[in-house]
This record gives sequence, C-alpha cells and structure tokens, in this order.
Amino acid sequence: MPALLEITLKSTALVFVLLTSFAYLSLVERKFIARLQARIGPNRAGPFGLLQPVADGLKLIFKESITPAQVDKPMYFLAPVLVVVPSLILFAVIPVGKGPLFQLASDLNVGALYVVAVMGIAVYGITLAGWSSNNKYAVLAGLRASAQVISYELGMGFAIVAVVLMASSLSLADIVAAQYPGEYGGILGWFIFRQPVAAAIFVVAAFAETMRAPFDLVEAEQELTAGFMTEYSGMKFALFFMGEYVKMIAVSALFTTFFLGGWSGPFVNELPALSVVYFTIKVVVCLLAFIWVRASLPRVRYDKLMGMGWKVLLPISIENVLATALLIALGVPGFK
Amino acid sequence: MTMAEWALLVLLGALSLASALGLLLSRNAVYAALFLVLNFSVGAVIYLLFNAPFLAVTQVAVYAGAIMVLFVFVIMLLGAERLAPAENPPGLAYQRPLAIILAVALLAVAAWALLSGAQIEPSPSVAPRPDSSPQAMGMWLFGPYLLPLQVVALLLLAAMVGALVLSRKS
Repeated sequence: MPALLEITLKSTALVFVLLTSFAYLSLVERKFIARLQARIGPNRAGPFGLLQPVADGLKLIFKESITPAQVDKPMYFLAPVLVVVPSLILFAVIPVGKGPLFQLASDLNVGALYVVAVMGIAVYGITLAGWSSNNKYAVLAGLRASAQVISYELGMGFAIVAVVLMASSLSLADIVAAQYPGEYGGILGWFIFRQPVAAAIFVVAAFAETMRAPFDLVEAEQELTAGFMTEYSGMKFALFFMGEYVKMIAVSALFTTFFLGGWSGPFVNELPALSVVYFTIKVVVCLLAFIWVRASLPRVRYDKLMGMGWKVLLPISIENVLATALLIALGVPGFK
Repeated sequence: MTMAEWALLVLLGALSLASALGLLLSRNAVYAALFLVLNFSVGAVIYLLFNAPFLAVTQVAVYAGAIMVLFVFVIMLLGAERLAPAENPPGLAYQRPLAIILAVALLAVAAWALLSGAQIEPSPSVAPRPDSSPQAMGMWLFGPYLLPLQVVALLLLAAMVGALVLSRKS
C-alpha cells in the first residue's frame, strides 16, 4: 500500500522534526530570555551550549522513575501521553509547504474544525494529571486548566470562524491559497491585515491555550508549587515539557497558516522547497514572540483572566464574525 | 465496503460496546466520564469510516471536547468521583425490574429486526450521501431542515435560561 507507506514516512519525519525542534526550542528559550535579561544563558555543553538539550534529555532519562504512593496509577501514567499526543496530531492538517510533498492531510475539508476539536481534547492530559496525582495543588491546577481552556477555546473558535468566512473553506490548504497569490498584492493578502481583530483574539487565546506566561496560572509557583506537574519526575515530567513546547510550535504554525499566509512567499512557484523555508521562518518569528512575551509580562490574576475570556474576548470575537459576514454579504472590496 | 473496512467496523463496534460497558460498570466517576469520551471518539471514527468527516470532527469537538471536559471539571470540583456502593434508594425499588423489562424489550426488537431479514446494508435513504461536505451539510440545515434546527436552538436557549435561573442564589 504505497499511500499508507507514504503517510507513515511523512508522519515519522514530522514527529522527528517536531521533537528535535522541541529540544532546541527549550535551548532557544533559555538563551533568548537570558539575553533579554542581560545574562548569557547555558553555554558550557558543546559550542554555544548546543549540546545542552542532549545533556538535559540524558539527565531526565537516567532519573529514577518515582511513582508516589497516593496516585491513581492508570491515569497517572496516561496523563503525560494525553498531553503530548494532541499537540503532535494537530500537525496532520497544517500545510508546511507548497505541493503534496509537504502536506499530510491539509486538504481535509474540515481541517479548521479538526483544529478546534483537537484543541478541545488537549486539556484532558493536564486535568487528569492534576486529578490522578491526588494532591491538592495538582487538583487545583487541573481545575484551573480546564476552566481556562474552556473559556478561551470559544474566542479562538470564533477567530477561526472569521478566517473560514474569509477563505470560504474549512480546509487549511484553501485558507493558505486564499491569502496567496493575493489579488490585493502580496503581503496585504495575509489575513492578519484583512482580519486584524481575529488575529489579535487568536494570539491572546493562543497564550491561554498553551498556558504560557502571562496566562500560566496552571503552574503558578507561588500559589500551586509546580501545579499539575508536582508529583511527576524524570521522563514523565519531560513529556509535559514536550507537550507544552510542541503545542507552542503547533499554535505558531496555526497562526502562520491562518494569518501570515502560510508557506507563501516570493518565488515559491519556481522553487517549491522555498515554501518550507518561508513557513519555518514565520513559525520561528512567532515562537520568538512567545518567548519575548514570557520575558516581558507578569502573570495575570486568575479572576481577571476568566473575566477577560468571557466578558471581553468572546463578545468581541462574535461581533467580529458578524461584521465579517456583513462585509462579505455586502461585497466590500477585500472581503470576497 | 471492503473486507478491511468490515473488519475495522467490527473492531470499532466491539470497542464502542466495551467502552459503554466500562462507563456503566466503573465505580469511579472520572473513569466513567473518560469511558464515555472513548465511546464518543470511537463513534467519530465510525462516522469517518462512513465518509462523514464533518460529523466525526463535530462529534469530537462538541461531545468529547466541550461537554465532557465540563463533566470532568464538575466531578473534580465537587470531589464526587467515588460513587457509593450500589444500593436501591428507598422509593425507587420498582425501577430495577422495570429497567430489566425495557432492556429485554429493546433487545428483542433489535434481534427481531436483524433476524427478520431486514437489510443489513444501509438503505439508500440512510446511507451517507456522496456529498457529505460541510457546505452540503449547511445547505441541508438551512434548507429543508431549517424548522427542526430553529426548534433545537430554541430548546437549547430555554435550557440555558433554565440553568441560569436554577444557579441563582436567591
């Protein structure tokens, strides 16, 4: 079955690339934050500290695997897996380049809905990690995680609806195509310019969905020690880490696809491989912005976070969908 | 359907049944909720097998992704995961025999339908139409099925208002 073989090979390559990116993203984060804070960051392991992720990985592998006595064992072991898998399978529908070679299932006619669905089930891992740990801090973190994700999922969903309206398709390949070649001239076809409100909502919701600073209340050290990860150590802890970083990459890739024109750029028709380069550059810029925000903003108070999700983000996102639909119905230039 | 698809369908059916049993038999509400999530997910894969990706993804997004997350949230919030050992609450003792009778009746009807030579292959009206795209779904929902859709919407709105009224303190 050549189709099955092709999909297997592509998925393996994708997972390999993602896990390597995760390892080096952790190094980039440490070095970039260090620079922002006028420090140097890790630079002892190998040239420029490039072997640091390897050293971290080896250390975590050789840690003793501790299972606390009070945990609910099946869920305790299942939770880290449930954190990693949704982040990885999000990539199935993201077109990372031009042409079928760089796409797995991006022509799925319900791609955008698939993204919403996978984002929705991604919270189970963290919630169950908190519950199965049988630890008050961990349970509180699990509760915070589910409440936060449920609240911001809605805003993100409506931001995606606005994009879908613009592209008049749920397929991510079509959404990229709607921004390129761009009858409005190159970069102005990007949805970040034609749907700035949706883009802003998506960014805010993305921080909440990935539970990164300033919305990282799930692991607020002062209140919850290490939150849902309190009872985890060794490779199980590393899996949570992996889940968070791969999700960060996934959300950046989604933002690139929805708002930054995906893989589009000059000369992709002549040299399709360039499209992967453009896509990677855009994703890296998004990731650096993620880290930059973490280094700059303090953590938001929990009630403020929930209030913003329901009372600000959700109404604005619904109004944005209404306005977009109206402009499309009226045939305003820029909205087809 | 090819042989492989039949085999997959049987496997999924077994998994669906097993997860439903797990839901009923587990004495821990969190596990019961997760068995239900598994059941919904298996249902989604069955939809995929019948060439209806829109239904499949909606099933996961709405049931597994939104409703069950809320269920798990409430179970955790109340700390209500440990169920009391089974016993008949007073005044409800008549429910068990009634449930058994109804279950047997349902099984009998299903068995009769199966054995009386009713077609096992989905009939043309039930079979997924070739165009199960989101656009086609939208055209149906806002075309021939507009009235049922509005009724459901009104029902949901009423339920929402009811929930708000019930949760008010005073």
